[in-house]
Amino acid sequence: MHEFSIITNIIEIVEEKLKQLNANIVHDVEMDVGEMAGIDFDALDFAWQHATKSALLKDAKLVVNKIEARAKCEGCSHEFIINDFYTPCPKCGIFKNDIFQGKELKVKAINID
Amino acid sequence: MCTTCGCEQSGNTISFQKPGEEKHSHLHNHSNNHDHDHEHNHDHDHSHSTKIDIEQDVLLQNNLLAERNRGYFEAKNITALNMVSSPGSGKTTLLEKTISALKDELNLFVIEGDQQTMNDAIRIKAAGAPVIQINTGNGCHLDSQMISKAVKELQVADNSVLIIENVGNLVCPSMFDLGESKRVVVISVTEGEDKPLKYPAMFNSSDICIINKIDLAPYVDFNIEKAKEYALQVNHHLKFFEVSAKTGEGMDAWFEWLKGEK
Repeated sequence: MHEFSIITNIIEIVEEKLKQLNANIVHDVEMDVGEMAGIDFDALDFAWQHATKSALLKDAKLVVNKIEARAKCEGCSHEFIINDFYTPCPKCGIFKNDIFQGKELKVKAINID
Repeated sequence: MCTTCGCEQSGNTISFQKPGEEKHSHLHNHSNNHDHDHEHNHDHDHSHSTKIDIEQDVLLQNNLLAERNRGYFEAKNITALNMVSSPGSGKTTLLEKTISALKDELNLFVIEGDQQTMNDAIRIKAAGAPVIQINTGNGCHLDSQMISKAVKELQVADNSVLIIENVGNLVCPSMFDLGESKRVVVISVTEGEDKPLKYPAMFNSSDICIINKIDLAPYVDFNIEKAKEYALQVNHHLKFFEVSAKTGEGMDAWFEWLKGEK
């Protein structure tokens, strides 16, 4: 539900970089977004379509690298892939997950002319 | 996009006001001029493009300012709590009762966050704590910049407890660190016991879970033990308080914890 404000932050980061580089054509903006980052990917895409109407970004494509979420069990130290916050450890069955990957939300790179 | 509330859309104005004072201030979001139609054409030639690495966290600005708030709170020995919940869980009543009970023992300050109205700030002032109201307009959450400004305007004293009542919303505020010492999520027994599973990000990022309105438990199908079990599946570090802010049941344990944080 907050994807519009996230996109606004992304645009600020990219526009600031473009100013520094004195560049004005952006082909794509590449992002790393964890599957447990609290982001709805469709909503992010939708927000991008509507927010990037400035001259600099109107033709830019948003490329999202989805980062799978991984957790470590506090009980048995087993590391495993999770798709939600409440998956028990597949090895010992307890719910003591520490998520160490999958909460990323960053602008990775831009492709410019 | 904030499809429900349209937060931070261009032109939104955030206001800060103390109850009983005419004067209020604003924080303006930078408005981008997006008022023209265009077509998205993505069939461009990439042969001459250059890849520039950025590697910047999208929430960096909020997180940096949150850390600055946290440093300020630590330096001035202010215990800051970020209280989050869905609308109607009883946060404001819980605060009123907390202020009435502890105002002689703790120096309490409150920042109220709502989209509109001074209603909560007026209630908090009547309960006896200095308060400032942030009206976020369309915004669905408080952010660290708003807190930085509100703390200055409220003149939060050294060695005090600052309670920030976030906008009632169990989704968006979870992503925005305010610089708080602890995050407190409130649910009430009139909600579903599976709320921790439905809105896991908020429970995952909280330290304390208050289950409120337990006086109504006999009348509703809310299994408190089940709710705690679900919440612990999402975050096994959570500490619980079961209270009725209205009748006072269980409130002593919450008061003791709060005093212990000082």
